[in-house]
Order: sequence, then structure tokens, then C-alpha cells
Amino acid sequence: MFRFEHVTVAGDRRPRLDDATGTVPPDGITVLAGPSGSGKSTLLRCCNRLELPTAGRVVYRGQDVAEQDPLRLRRRVGMVFQRPTPFPGTVRANLLVAEPTLDDGDAVHALEAVGLDASFLGRTAADLSGGEAQRVCLARTLVTRPAVVLMDEVTSSVDPAARLGLENLARGLAETAVNVVWVTHDLDQLRRLADHVLILIRGRVAHAGPAATLEADSPPDVRRFLAALAVDDEVDEP
Amino acid sequence: MTDIGWVGLGISASLVAVAVALSLWRQLGLERSIAWSAVRALAQLLVIGLVLDALLQPGVSSAWAWLWVALMLLIAAWTVARRAPAVPGLFQLALTAFATSAILTLGVLFGFGVFTVNVRTIVPLAGLMIGNSMAATVLVARRLVEELHDKRDEIEARLALGQPAEEAARPYVRNALRTALSPQIETTKVVGLIALPGSMTGLILAGVDPLNAVRVQAAVMYLILGSVAATTTVVGLGVRRRLFTRDHRLVPVAEAG
Repeated sequence: MFRFEHVTVAGDRRPRLDDATGTVPPDGITVLAGPSGSGKSTLLRCCNRLELPTAGRVVYRGQDVAEQDPLRLRRRVGMVFQRPTPFPGTVRANLLVAEPTLDDGDAVHALEAVGLDASFLGRTAADLSGGEAQRVCLARTLVTRPAVVLMDEVTSSVDPAARLGLENLARGLAETAVNVVWVTHDLDQLRRLADHVLILIRGRVAHAGPAATLEADSPPDVRRFLAALAVDDEVDEP
Repeated sequence: MTDIGWVGLGISASLVAVAVALSLWRQLGLERSIAWSAVRALAQLLVIGLVLDALLQPGVSSAWAWLWVALMLLIAAWTVARRAPAVPGLFQLALTAFATSAILTLGVLFGFGVFTVNVRTIVPLAGLMIGNSMAATVLVARRLVEELHDKRDEIEARLALGQPAEEAARPYVRNALRTALSPQIETTKVVGLIALPGSMTGLILAGVDPLNAVRVQAAVMYLILGSVAATTTVVGLGVRRRLFTRDHRLVPVAEAG
């Protein structure tokens, strides 16, 4: 689906991505994990051309994204951000930003697809809870009928129930042939969701492969990172 | 015609002494600023008066007046750029905006013969137009940069939905323009109710028939309203063009200072 070829993105003090090379397979959920500051969001933003690499290239379906029409590319490669980004106005108005020709029937259908009912249509988007707003953002992205959805730590600002809800939605999308690239630094979430894994460390792809063989195949720095995450998770548990 | 004479000017300057005295009494520490501003204003006005006097001599070409206008445009653009340093390339933008606005507003007033084109009209009308547009120009530039900085996530979410930069930025450009235009609209609404505007007061004091003064003042207000709208729009759209790339990405925006 995506191929990263020596992707470098310059940063203030050090490169945010430093010669990252790897692939996102064209099926299921690929989890992009790594310590904070390792370039996960930057790599994701390069996939729909919100950023362009300083060097190297990101290839989507065989073609360099830098050579594709950014507006069409972004409707094929949707994105949901870390913090919910409701636009001013109602939920309906939010959906109409994504697809101005959407009628109420389609809008209700879009909401149902993310587990919200028709009563949300008239509600002010800014008044929703974090989890609800994030679902609206996902619905808004899905009405553009993307082939891939990039999800950048979308559960980092929602409660545990909403977190599981969003994970299930991602799983549901992957089953309906919409690819998902999911960024996280939550090891349990990685284990629950990942079909494929791409681990970034200090701006480089340290490991890429099937989730099943993650621990067995990964190099020492990836195992150190996973061990550190496991400790974090234990500390987090009540 | 009223002439207050140098003595009259001197007596009125005693009011500056009142301001200085109040500052001393309340320990505001503003005495030097007050005195300096009063002296500076007088010096500037005297220079302008002398230059105008020279320009108004019979036989002087109006080209000099246009040269003066060009100089005012440069100074205004420089001042605006200095007051909003976070906005990239604001000098050229402001210069374009003031020039566009000058062509539009003076074009209407002179083109349709509302005022006759001569040194006596060119310099003061251009001065009013530019002087009154400056604050709104600074405001729109700062406000837009602030909006694009604060609402970055929201704007990128719009871009990620495949909206072109122009469309994604529209609500924020609109907010910035509304903010910048509102003070002038409010001022225009209450003109005459709260304060008599400067041009009209000056004309009446100088002995012009009040109704005539009102007509001139209204024309001046419309000139200002039109020029504020034109300059802010040009600057707003210009800033937007500078802060998005051709391939519809939002460039990193510094916090407006």
C-alpha cells in the first residue's frame, strides 16, 4: 500500500525522519509504534502529503505521493488526528464539509457506521465528549470513501470504553477492505490491533513485519523499546 | 476663516501642561512622553504645513503630491510590517494593499469628479485613507496568523478531507477580516452621535458651512470604510497565500507576537 524509500524529513535540531525505509502491506491494520519523538506522526503525515519528505520518497500504490494530486490523494488516504478536531457547527455541518452533496440519509448511515445514532446529526460538534467527537471525525473521514485511513494516536485523549470502541471500528474497517494505519505507543493496543507492525526508533524503521512474529524477529533496540512499553503498561494499570 | 495665530497656539499648549501636571500629581511617570509627543506632533505638523504651503504655490505640478503619496504608502507599509513581525513578507503585502486601495478609492473620488484633482485634495485624502487603514491592516495580519497557528489541527483536518487550501482557510480568513473591519464599522455607525469627526470639526472651525462640512465628512467616512475593507481583504488573502504551499499544505506558522 505504502512504500517508504529512504524518507528523511529535516527537523529543528535533528531529522524527524532519518532515512526511513519500509512498507505498509495492502491489507489489514498496520500498527506504527515507537517512542515519542521517533517520527510516527511525521511518517503518517507524509502518507497523505500534509508533509513532504526533504529526501527520499513515499510511494502509494506504485506512485510517488509527491507526483499525485494532493486533493485526490487525501480523499483516498483519509486521516484522523490525535486530538478530535470538530469544526464549528453541528455534526451534520461537519459531515457536509467532507462531502457537500451528502443527504440526511447518507449522513445517518455514516454516523451509524461509527456507532452513533441519528440524534447526533443536529448536535453541536464542539459539545461532544472526546470519544464521540473522535467518532464524528472518523465518520467525516469515511464519507470521502477512502481506501486507507491513517489514525494518529486517536485514542490518546478518550476514556477506556471509547478507546475500545474506536479499536473495534478500526477492526471493522479492516474487515471491509479499508486499510488502517494506526499509530500508538500502547503495547496492549498494538497486540490487540496489529496485523502488521512497523517500529520507528529515532526516525528510522527499526523493524517491519507481521505482528505474530514481532518479539521473535525484532532487533535488540526494538525489544528494548517493547520491554520499556511493557513496564509502562504495568505502571498504568490500577 | 479662523486663524488662531501663534499666541492662540501657545495658549492651547497650556493644556499639555495640564496633562503633564496630572501625570506628576498621580505619579504616572508620563510627563516626558506627553511633552515629547506634543512637541513631536507640532514639529511634524509644521513640516507638513510648510511642505503643503510650498506645494500649494501656483504653478506647482501635482506630480509632487503623488510623489508624497508614494512616500506615505512606503512609510505605512513599513510601519505595518514592523508592528506584525510574525507575518512573513508583510511589507510587500501591505504596500500592495495600500496601493490597491488608493487606486480604488481615490479612483472613485477623483474619477467621478467628487473632488477635483489637485495638490490640495490629493495629499489629505490619501493621508486619511492610508492613516485610517493602518490599524486594521495590522489587525487582520496578526489575527489571521494567530488563527492559523491556534487552529492548525482543525485546518489540517480540513486539508486531510481533500479541501483545497483556499477553502480550508476560508472560515479563518473570514474571522480575521470580520475582526479587523468591525471597529471601523462601529466608528462609522456612531459618527456624529458621540464625537464629531476631525475633518468636519476642522472645517467648521475654519468657517465652512456645517452642511457642506457634513457632506465632506460623509465622503471621507466612506473613503475610509472602503479603503479599510480593500486593504484588509488584500492583506488577508495575501497572508493566506503565503501560509499555504501550492500543493495545499499549511506551512509552520509562528505565534503572532
